[in-house]
Amino acid sequence: MTDQTISKPDATGRRSFIRTAAAGGLSLAAVSLLSGEPVAAQRGRYGRGAPADAQGDADLLNAALGLEHEGIAAYTIAAGSGLLEPAVVEVGVLFRGHHRQHRDELARVIRTLGGTPVEPKTDAEYVEALGLGALRNQTDVLNLALRLERGATSAYLGIMPSLQDGDHDHLAARIAVDEAAHFAALAGALGQSMPETGFIFG
Amino acid sequence: MTTLRAVMLLALPLVCGSLGEAEGRAQPADGARLYSQRCGGCHSLDANRVGPRHRGLIGRRAGSVPDFRYSAALARAEFAWSRVRLDRWLRDPRAMVPGTTMGVRLSDPTERRAIIDYLASED
Repeated sequence: MTDQTISKPDATGRRSFIRTAAAGGLSLAAVSLLSGEPVAAQRGRYGRGAPADAQGDADLLNAALGLEHEGIAAYTIAAGSGLLEPAVVEVGVLFRGHHRQHRDELARVIRTLGGTPVEPKTDAEYVEALGLGALRNQTDVLNLALRLERGATSAYLGIMPSLQDGDHDHLAARIAVDEAAHFAALAGALGQSMPETGFIFG
Repeated sequence: MTTLRAVMLLALPLVCGSLGEAEGRAQPADGARLYSQRCGGCHSLDANRVGPRHRGLIGRRAGSVPDFRYSAALARAEFAWSRVRLDRWLRDPRAMVPGTTMGVRLSDPTERRAIIDYLASED
Protein backbone atom coordinates (compact mmCIF):
# COMPACT_ATOMS: atom_id res chain seq x y z
CA MET A 1 0.00 0.00 0.00
CA THR A 2 1.35 3.40 -0.83
CA ASP A 3 1.18 6.37 1.46
CA GLN A 4 -1.90 7.56 -0.36
CA THR A 5 -4.11 5.13 1.46
CA ILE A 6 -2.44 4.76 4.82
CA SER A 7 -1.25 8.30 5.51
CA LYS A 8 -3.11 10.43 7.97
CA PRO A 9 -3.11 14.23 7.73
CA ASP A 10 -1.28 14.71 11.00
CA ALA A 11 1.44 12.22 10.24
CA THR A 12 3.07 13.65 7.14
CA GLY A 13 6.44 14.30 8.68
CA ARG A 14 6.60 10.93 10.32
CA ARG A 15 5.52 9.22 7.09
CA SER A 16 8.18 11.06 5.18
CA PHE A 17 10.75 9.81 7.65
CA ILE A 18 9.43 6.29 7.36
CA ARG A 19 9.67 6.41 3.58
CA THR A 20 13.25 7.68 3.73
CA ALA A 21 14.26 5.12 6.32
CA ALA A 22 12.67 2.28 4.41
CA ALA A 23 14.38 3.36 1.22
CA GLY A 24 17.64 3.34 3.12
CA GLY A 25 17.28 -0.33 3.85
CA LEU A 26 15.85 -0.41 7.38
CA SER A 27 13.63 -3.36 8.04
CA LEU A 28 9.97 -2.77 8.76
CA ALA A 29 10.56 -3.87 12.31
CA ALA A 30 13.33 -1.33 12.76
CA VAL A 31 11.23 1.39 11.20
CA SER A 32 8.42 0.41 13.54
CA LEU A 33 10.62 0.75 16.59
CA LEU A 34 11.93 4.11 15.47
CA SER A 35 8.56 5.50 14.51
CA GLY A 36 6.59 4.10 17.38
CA GLU A 37 4.04 2.58 15.01
CA PRO A 38 3.25 -1.11 15.00
CA VAL A 39 4.53 -3.00 11.99
CA ALA A 40 1.02 -4.17 11.23
CA ALA A 41 -0.14 -0.60 10.74
CA GLN A 42 2.36 -0.21 7.92
CA ARG A 43 1.23 -3.41 6.25
CA GLY A 44 -2.42 -2.51 6.02
CA ARG A 45 -4.78 -2.41 8.90
CA TYR A 46 -4.81 -6.13 9.46
CA GLY A 47 -1.06 -6.65 9.06
CA ARG A 48 -1.36 -9.75 6.92
CA GLY A 49 2.34 -10.12 6.34
CA ALA A 50 2.81 -8.34 3.03
CA PRO A 51 3.37 -4.66 2.46
CA ALA A 52 0.10 -2.96 1.71
CA ASP A 53 -0.42 -2.51 -2.02
CA ALA A 54 -2.59 0.31 -3.35
CA GLN A 55 -2.33 -0.86 -6.96
CA GLY A 56 -3.28 -4.38 -5.96
CA ASP A 57 -6.33 -3.20 -4.04
CA ALA A 58 -7.31 -0.91 -6.93
CA ASP A 59 -7.10 -3.86 -9.34
CA LEU A 60 -9.26 -6.05 -7.12
CA LEU A 61 -11.83 -3.32 -6.58
CA ASN A 62 -11.87 -2.70 -10.33
CA ALA A 63 -12.78 -6.33 -10.89
CA ALA A 64 -15.56 -5.85 -8.36
CA LEU A 65 -16.65 -2.75 -10.25
CA GLY A 66 -16.99 -4.92 -13.34
CA LEU A 67 -19.39 -7.10 -11.38
CA GLU A 68 -21.48 -4.09 -10.42
CA HIS A 69 -21.62 -2.91 -14.04
CA GLU A 70 -22.84 -6.35 -15.02
CA GLY A 71 -25.50 -6.37 -12.32
CA ILE A 72 -26.75 -2.92 -13.26
CA ALA A 73 -27.01 -3.94 -16.91
CA ALA A 74 -28.79 -7.19 -16.05
CA TYR A 75 -31.43 -5.45 -13.95
CA THR A 76 -31.87 -2.71 -16.56
CA ILE A 77 -32.30 -5.14 -19.43
CA ALA A 78 -34.60 -7.37 -17.38
CA ALA A 79 -36.76 -4.41 -16.34
CA GLY A 80 -37.32 -3.55 -19.98
CA SER A 81 -37.87 -7.11 -21.15
CA GLY A 82 -41.62 -7.22 -20.64
CA LEU A 83 -41.21 -10.52 -18.80
CA LEU A 84 -41.67 -9.14 -15.30
CA GLU A 85 -44.72 -8.16 -13.28
CA PRO A 86 -44.70 -4.50 -12.22
CA ALA A 87 -44.05 -5.36 -8.57
CA VAL A 88 -41.00 -7.39 -9.55
CA VAL A 89 -39.74 -4.59 -11.79
CA GLU A 90 -40.04 -2.30 -8.79
CA VAL A 91 -37.86 -4.59 -6.67
CA GLY A 92 -35.35 -4.97 -9.50
CA VAL A 93 -35.10 -1.20 -9.87
CA LEU A 94 -34.51 -0.94 -6.12
CA PHE A 95 -31.70 -3.49 -6.28
CA ARG A 96 -30.21 -1.77 -9.33
CA GLY A 97 -30.10 1.41 -7.29
CA HIS A 98 -28.04 -0.39 -4.67
CA HIS A 99 -25.65 -1.63 -7.34
CA ARG A 100 -25.30 1.89 -8.70
CA GLN A 101 -24.34 3.10 -5.23
CA HIS A 102 -21.78 0.27 -5.00
CA ARG A 103 -20.46 1.27 -8.43
CA ASP A 104 -20.05 4.89 -7.45
CA GLU A 105 -18.29 4.14 -4.19
CA LEU A 106 -15.96 1.58 -5.78
CA ALA A 107 -15.09 4.05 -8.55
CA ARG A 108 -14.40 6.74 -5.99
CA VAL A 109 -12.07 4.53 -3.99
CA ILE A 110 -10.29 3.27 -7.12
CA ARG A 111 -9.60 6.88 -8.13
CA THR A 112 -8.21 7.72 -4.69
CA LEU A 113 -5.83 4.79 -5.15
CA GLY A 114 -4.63 6.24 -8.45
CA GLY A 115 -6.51 3.73 -10.56
CA THR A 116 -8.89 4.20 -13.47
CA PRO A 117 -12.35 2.74 -12.94
CA VAL A 118 -13.26 0.15 -15.56
CA GLU A 119 -16.04 1.16 -17.94
CA PRO A 120 -19.16 -0.94 -18.51
CA LYS A 121 -19.45 -3.13 -21.57
CA THR A 122 -22.23 -2.64 -24.08
CA ASP A 123 -25.72 -4.00 -23.44
CA ALA A 124 -25.25 -6.34 -26.39
CA GLU A 125 -22.15 -7.80 -24.74
CA TYR A 126 -24.02 -8.33 -21.48
CA VAL A 127 -26.95 -9.93 -23.30
CA GLU A 128 -24.58 -12.40 -24.92
CA ALA A 129 -22.38 -13.09 -21.90
CA LEU A 130 -25.31 -13.65 -19.55
CA GLY A 131 -27.52 -15.44 -22.04
CA LEU A 132 -30.26 -12.88 -21.51
CA GLY A 133 -31.78 -13.65 -24.89
CA ALA A 134 -32.69 -17.13 -23.68
CA LEU A 135 -34.83 -15.91 -20.78
CA ARG A 136 -38.48 -16.73 -21.42
CA ASN A 137 -40.38 -15.79 -18.28
CA GLN A 138 -40.18 -14.13 -14.88
CA THR A 139 -38.89 -17.27 -13.17
CA ASP A 140 -35.98 -17.44 -15.62
CA VAL A 141 -35.13 -13.82 -14.85
CA LEU A 142 -35.35 -14.29 -11.10
CA ASN A 143 -33.19 -17.42 -11.27
CA LEU A 144 -30.52 -15.55 -13.23
CA ALA A 145 -30.64 -12.66 -10.76
CA LEU A 146 -30.36 -15.15 -7.92
CA ARG A 147 -27.25 -16.73 -9.47
CA LEU A 148 -25.65 -13.36 -10.10
CA GLU A 149 -26.32 -12.08 -6.59
CA ARG A 150 -25.04 -15.29 -5.03
CA GLY A 151 -21.95 -15.24 -7.20
CA ALA A 152 -21.32 -11.60 -6.40
CA THR A 153 -21.63 -12.23 -2.68
CA SER A 154 -19.10 -15.03 -2.88
CA ALA A 155 -16.80 -12.95 -5.07
CA TYR A 156 -16.69 -10.11 -2.55
CA LEU A 157 -16.07 -12.53 0.28
CA GLY A 158 -13.43 -14.26 -1.82
CA ILE A 159 -11.39 -11.13 -2.49
CA MET A 160 -11.39 -9.99 1.12
CA PRO A 161 -8.32 -12.03 2.14
CA SER A 162 -6.45 -10.48 -0.79
CA LEU A 163 -7.29 -6.86 0.01
CA GLN A 164 -4.49 -5.17 1.90
CA ASP A 165 -6.29 -2.25 3.45
CA GLY A 166 -8.87 -2.76 6.17
CA ASP A 167 -11.05 0.03 4.82
CA HIS A 168 -11.29 -1.81 1.51
CA ASP A 169 -12.10 -5.01 3.35
CA HIS A 170 -14.89 -3.18 5.13
CA LEU A 171 -16.26 -1.82 1.86
CA ALA A 172 -16.22 -5.30 0.31
CA ALA A 173 -18.00 -6.71 3.35
CA ARG A 174 -20.68 -4.04 3.26
CA ILE A 175 -21.35 -4.68 -0.42
CA ALA A 176 -21.33 -8.45 0.10
CA VAL A 177 -24.04 -8.10 2.72
CA ASP A 178 -26.17 -6.04 0.32
CA GLU A 179 -25.78 -8.73 -2.34
CA ALA A 180 -26.69 -11.40 0.21
CA ALA A 181 -29.83 -9.46 1.12
CA HIS A 182 -30.76 -9.35 -2.56
CA PHE A 183 -30.12 -13.09 -2.80
CA ALA A 184 -32.37 -13.77 0.17
CA ALA A 185 -35.23 -11.70 -1.22
CA LEU A 186 -34.93 -13.35 -4.65
CA ALA A 187 -34.79 -16.84 -3.12
CA GLY A 188 -37.93 -16.05 -1.16
CA ALA A 189 -39.70 -14.77 -4.26
CA LEU A 190 -38.81 -18.06 -6.00
CA GLY A 191 -40.09 -20.07 -3.05
CA GLN A 192 -36.69 -21.56 -2.33
CA SER A 193 -36.01 -22.80 1.15
CA MET A 194 -33.07 -21.86 3.28
CA PRO A 195 -30.08 -24.19 3.44
CA GLU A 196 -29.95 -26.33 6.56
CA THR A 197 -26.28 -25.65 7.08
CA GLY A 198 -24.35 -22.46 7.47
CA PHE A 199 -21.59 -20.96 5.35
CA ILE A 200 -24.07 -20.35 2.58
CA PHE A 201 -21.65 -18.16 0.67
CA GLY A 202 -18.05 -18.80 -0.28
CA MET B 1 -43.75 1.51 -2.60
CA THR B 2 -46.69 -0.23 -1.01
CA THR B 3 -46.44 -2.98 -3.61
CA LEU B 4 -42.72 -3.20 -3.05
CA ARG B 5 -43.17 -3.60 0.69
CA ALA B 6 -45.74 -6.31 0.08
CA VAL B 7 -43.35 -8.24 -2.15
CA MET B 8 -40.55 -7.97 0.38
CA LEU B 9 -42.80 -8.98 3.24
CA LEU B 10 -44.04 -11.97 1.28
CA ALA B 11 -40.47 -12.96 0.54
CA LEU B 12 -39.15 -12.76 4.07
CA PRO B 13 -41.08 -15.65 5.65
CA LEU B 14 -40.05 -17.89 2.76
CA VAL B 15 -36.42 -16.99 3.24
CA CYS B 16 -36.28 -16.89 7.01
CA GLY B 17 -38.84 -19.42 8.04
CA SER B 18 -38.36 -22.47 5.90
CA LEU B 19 -35.78 -25.18 6.02
CA GLY B 20 -35.13 -27.80 3.46
CA GLU B 21 -32.44 -27.82 0.84
CA ALA B 22 -29.30 -29.29 2.31
CA GLU B 23 -26.13 -27.54 1.23
CA GLY B 24 -23.35 -28.89 3.38
CA ARG B 25 -19.64 -28.43 3.01
CA ALA B 26 -17.98 -29.49 -0.17
CA GLN B 27 -18.30 -32.98 -1.50
CA PRO B 28 -16.19 -34.08 -4.44
CA ALA B 29 -19.24 -34.44 -6.64
CA ASP B 30 -20.40 -30.89 -5.97
CA GLY B 31 -18.18 -29.33 -8.60
CA ALA B 32 -20.89 -27.81 -10.78
CA ARG B 33 -22.71 -26.28 -7.82
CA LEU B 34 -19.49 -25.02 -6.30
CA TYR B 35 -18.34 -23.59 -9.62
CA SER B 36 -21.60 -21.68 -9.90
CA GLN B 37 -21.43 -20.45 -6.33
CA ARG B 38 -17.75 -19.66 -5.96
CA CYS B 39 -16.75 -18.76 -9.50
CA GLY B 40 -20.05 -17.85 -11.17
CA GLY B 41 -20.01 -14.25 -9.96
CA CYS B 42 -17.28 -13.47 -12.48
CA HIS B 43 -16.88 -16.50 -14.76
CA SER B 44 -18.85 -18.66 -17.15
CA LEU B 45 -17.81 -21.72 -19.09
CA ASP B 46 -18.51 -20.22 -22.50
CA ALA B 47 -18.56 -16.43 -22.14
CA ASN B 48 -16.03 -13.84 -21.12
CA ARG B 49 -17.39 -11.79 -18.25
CA VAL B 50 -15.38 -10.11 -15.50
CA GLY B 51 -13.07 -13.08 -15.93
CA PRO B 52 -12.33 -15.17 -19.02
CA ARG B 53 -14.37 -18.16 -20.15
CA HIS B 54 -13.30 -21.47 -18.69
CA ARG B 55 -14.24 -24.26 -21.07
CA GLY B 56 -11.07 -25.98 -22.20
CA LEU B 57 -9.02 -24.50 -19.39
CA ILE B 58 -6.93 -27.55 -18.51
CA GLY B 59 -3.93 -27.57 -20.81
CA ARG B 60 -4.57 -24.05 -22.08
CA ARG B 61 -1.77 -21.52 -21.88
CA ALA B 62 -2.43 -18.97 -19.15
CA GLY B 63 -3.62 -15.59 -20.37
CA SER B 64 -4.42 -16.86 -23.84
CA VAL B 65 -8.16 -16.45 -24.47
CA PRO B 66 -7.83 -14.21 -27.51
CA ASP B 67 -10.77 -11.87 -26.94
CA PHE B 68 -10.27 -11.33 -23.21
CA ARG B 69 -8.23 -8.47 -21.79
CA TYR B 70 -5.93 -9.90 -19.14
CA SER B 71 -3.82 -8.15 -16.57
CA ALA B 72 -0.27 -7.57 -17.78
CA ALA B 73 0.91 -10.07 -15.19
CA LEU B 74 -1.20 -12.93 -16.50
CA ALA B 75 -0.67 -12.00 -20.14
CA ARG B 76 3.06 -12.46 -19.52
CA ALA B 77 2.62 -15.85 -17.87
CA GLU B 78 4.39 -18.71 -19.59
CA PHE B 79 2.69 -21.80 -18.30
CA ALA B 80 -0.28 -23.95 -19.15
CA TRP B 81 -3.04 -24.70 -16.68
CA SER B 82 -2.74 -28.07 -15.02
CA ARG B 83 -4.63 -29.44 -12.04
CA VAL B 84 -1.69 -28.70 -9.77
CA ARG B 85 -1.33 -25.14 -11.02
CA LEU B 86 -5.06 -24.55 -10.75
CA ASP B 87 -5.01 -25.70 -7.16
CA ARG B 88 -2.18 -23.29 -6.38
CA TRP B 89 -3.99 -20.54 -8.24
CA LEU B 90 -7.29 -21.01 -6.47
CA ARG B 91 -5.57 -21.15 -3.09
CA ASP B 92 -3.95 -17.74 -3.59
CA PRO B 93 -3.82 -16.37 -7.14
CA ARG B 94 -1.86 -13.26 -6.26
CA ALA B 95 0.86 -15.26 -4.56
CA MET B 96 1.22 -17.36 -7.71
CA VAL B 97 1.04 -14.50 -10.23
CA PRO B 98 1.68 -11.17 -8.51
CA GLY B 99 -0.24 -8.43 -10.26
CA THR B 100 -3.15 -10.54 -11.43
CA THR B 101 -6.56 -8.97 -10.95
CA MET B 102 -7.97 -12.32 -9.81
CA GLY B 103 -8.16 -12.03 -6.07
CA VAL B 104 -10.69 -14.63 -4.98
CA ARG B 105 -9.16 -17.26 -2.73
CA LEU B 106 -10.62 -20.66 -1.97
CA SER B 107 -9.17 -21.95 1.24
CA ASP B 108 -10.95 -25.32 1.33
CA PRO B 109 -8.90 -27.96 -0.56
CA THR B 110 -11.96 -30.16 -1.03
CA GLU B 111 -13.80 -27.32 -2.73
CA ARG B 112 -10.81 -26.57 -4.92
CA ARG B 113 -10.54 -30.20 -5.98
CA ALA B 114 -14.25 -30.41 -6.75
CA ILE B 115 -14.12 -27.27 -8.88
CA ILE B 116 -11.00 -28.45 -10.72
CA ASP B 117 -12.64 -31.84 -11.36
CA TYR B 118 -15.65 -30.02 -12.76
CA LEU B 119 -13.55 -27.81 -15.02
CA ALA B 120 -11.63 -30.83 -16.27
CA SER B 121 -14.89 -32.59 -17.04
CA GLU B 122 -16.14 -29.62 -19.08
CA ASP B 123 -13.23 -29.60 -21.50
